[in-house]
Amino acid sequence: MPLIEFKNVTKRFGDQTVLDQVNLQIYEGQITTIIGLSGSGKSVLLKHIVGLLRPDEGTIFFRGRPLDKMKRAEVAEAMSQISYMFQNNALFSSMTVFDNIALPLVEKTKLKKSEIYQRVMARIEQTELTDAAFKYPSELSGGMQKRVALARALVTDPKVVLFDEPTTGQDPVRKNAILSMVAQYQKKFNFTAVLVSHEIPDVFFISNRILALYDKKVVFQGTPEELNEFDHPFNDEVIRSIESLQKELTGLYSQRQFKMLHHLQLKRRKGDENYCLIVFTLSGAEALVQKMGYDAAQAVTHAMGIYVDKHFGTIGGFSTRLKSNEIVTMLPYSNIQEAESVLQELIADFRQEGIKNIWLEAQHNSGLENCVDFAILAGIAEGQPASEIDAVMEEARSQQKEIGRMQCPVQE
Amino acid sequence: MALIEDNRDVSSGSGKTSVGALLEMPFAYLGRRVIHWINTLGSAAIFLVTAVLKTFSARQIPKVVQQIYYIGAMSTTIIMLVSLFTGMVLGLQSYHALVKFGSQGAVGTLVSLSLIRELGPVLTAIMITARAGSAMAAEIGIQRITEQVDALKTMRIDPFSYIISPRITAAVISFPLLTTVFDMIGMIGGYISSVVLMGLNAGVFIHSIQAYVDMKDLTDGFVKSIVFAVIVATVCCYQGYYVHRRQDSKGAKAVGLATTSAVVVSCVLILIADYVVTSLLIL
Repeated sequence: MPLIEFKNVTKRFGDQTVLDQVNLQIYEGQITTIIGLSGSGKSVLLKHIVGLLRPDEGTIFFRGRPLDKMKRAEVAEAMSQISYMFQNNALFSSMTVFDNIALPLVEKTKLKKSEIYQRVMARIEQTELTDAAFKYPSELSGGMQKRVALARALVTDPKVVLFDEPTTGQDPVRKNAILSMVAQYQKKFNFTAVLVSHEIPDVFFISNRILALYDKKVVFQGTPEELNEFDHPFNDEVIRSIESLQKELTGLYSQRQFKMLHHLQLKRRKGDENYCLIVFTLSGAEALVQKMGYDAAQAVTHAMGIYVDKHFGTIGGFSTRLKSNEIVTMLPYSNIQEAESVLQELIADFRQEGIKNIWLEAQHNSGLENCVDFAILAGIAEGQPASEIDAVMEEARSQQKEIGRMQCPVQE
Repeated sequence: MALIEDNRDVSSGSGKTSVGALLEMPFAYLGRRVIHWINTLGSAAIFLVTAVLKTFSARQIPKVVQQIYYIGAMSTTIIMLVSLFTGMVLGLQSYHALVKFGSQGAVGTLVSLSLIRELGPVLTAIMITARAGSAMAAEIGIQRITEQVDALKTMRIDPFSYIISPRITAAVISFPLLTTVFDMIGMIGGYISSVVLMGLNAGVFIHSIQAYVDMKDLTDGFVKSIVFAVIVATVCCYQGYYVHRRQDSKGAKAVGLATTSAVVVSCVLILIADYVVTSLLIL
């Protein structure tokens, strides 16, 4: 039985219909993510769950019982299990961080002051806000305010937590940290999480289920893997548009697109036609992150991707990023000799100015003058349509050799 | 032929309709305004009753004390300043007017009764509206547009209990106290201008107060101040709380307009209520 269920829910604001006959199910103990374009009604949907809005038509069920048929006390009891984290945080600007987080405990429980203090401080520590505990929200950065809102949403140990775009306005490091925090807390406290997010595909990694809101309706409910197979205009307009932008910026496809292209190529090939695969690895990425920061390491991988696409894209190759420091390129129409020949061109390009340019990109992104040694490795392997791609990748990794190196000048 | 006649009828009919519509317009506008005004009045009455019903809880005491500090204690200085000069100018004018008739002995009575019955409650209410009422409307309005009110609801905290009730209760407590301060300082001002500066006999001034000011004058003044407190707190909280429903603007501009409306409507209602309450008390 679903924890929360919408049956034919319609919501209108004046003449404008925002949700039209929406049907959905949210299951207990899972992370469910609602995705959709801006203004598609994701936040409105979330506000129906928490009771801030009521449907004009249709019914919302909580543990199988219709909310509109429940007594007021029963609705209050059901809603007291739900916590909501607002998109723009909705912190009380005249209260300190501590008071903001303590508010639901002070107002709605009979806990002693000392107990409230302990629980609030525990949440403050968990969300790395210890230094800001007695500051006002206006004195904090956007990211810290987000964490205060998160701490306030979790302080009552709710059974269901609704997150309305929890990563908006965060830098890439914080975005990942918040998403992993949601996943980590969800496992630790076993609450049901419902997220509204645009962070595609990052959010897929932590989600058990995806709900796709498109044209005022929920058009898809299922696992992130099932979304790959979902044939609907939503996928073209939302998912692929985000991935196309990513391709345009980095020269790399998403893993999902890479898999699809690979399968497409396999279908077109005859059984005896081989393909080539190259795995590029950035060696020294950890030192780069430590000394120059996450953004610098990202910039190096992105720049690497652009060079790879420049050389191998012309012979029909397509690439994706497997790990933060690894790029894989598929050459469906090339044999080993042709791949080796193009790789030599890439090595020459790297030696001429490529490595220097990649390095400048890293420095530009980090804003630091530090220098860190790193090397780029590449390995080629040949595969047959029948063989598993993972085995071919492993073979390519085992064949890796250095194709470029950034050597810092020795300081005297 | 019949068709042409029919068309003529239709065209002349539509001409009539447009002239009719033009004539109806001012009445329709007036009607809409009156309906809107009655709706708002009803809504404000429900707002007040809801807030009053949610006042009675032990958890409210710290919030009420905090609001008494903001509305009452923080307004004391400005009330003292205004009342001192109001009393002084009242003493000065009364002395110059009454001395022509040789009735300067009634200056104390005139100053004290004017202050206790009218100027004290009215000017105190207007000063608190300007200082605390506007702040109330703006603060609640900002809480509304930044979803802080919605945040309270998601935490199952009743916004009426948390935001509105403490302010109305604090106003009802603070207004009579500040009116007392206004009356006292105003009379000291009257004493300074008429006795110290104009040379009126101090005994005559004080005796005229003792002789003609009775308990009913004081209680009437307090009744008025309580009525004004309810009006000011309700209007200001209402304007802030429902800022998102404004049709004329949204966001920060709506908060600004709500604050202006809160002050203007409160001041107008104070003066109207003053006449109504005075009439009822005199009867």
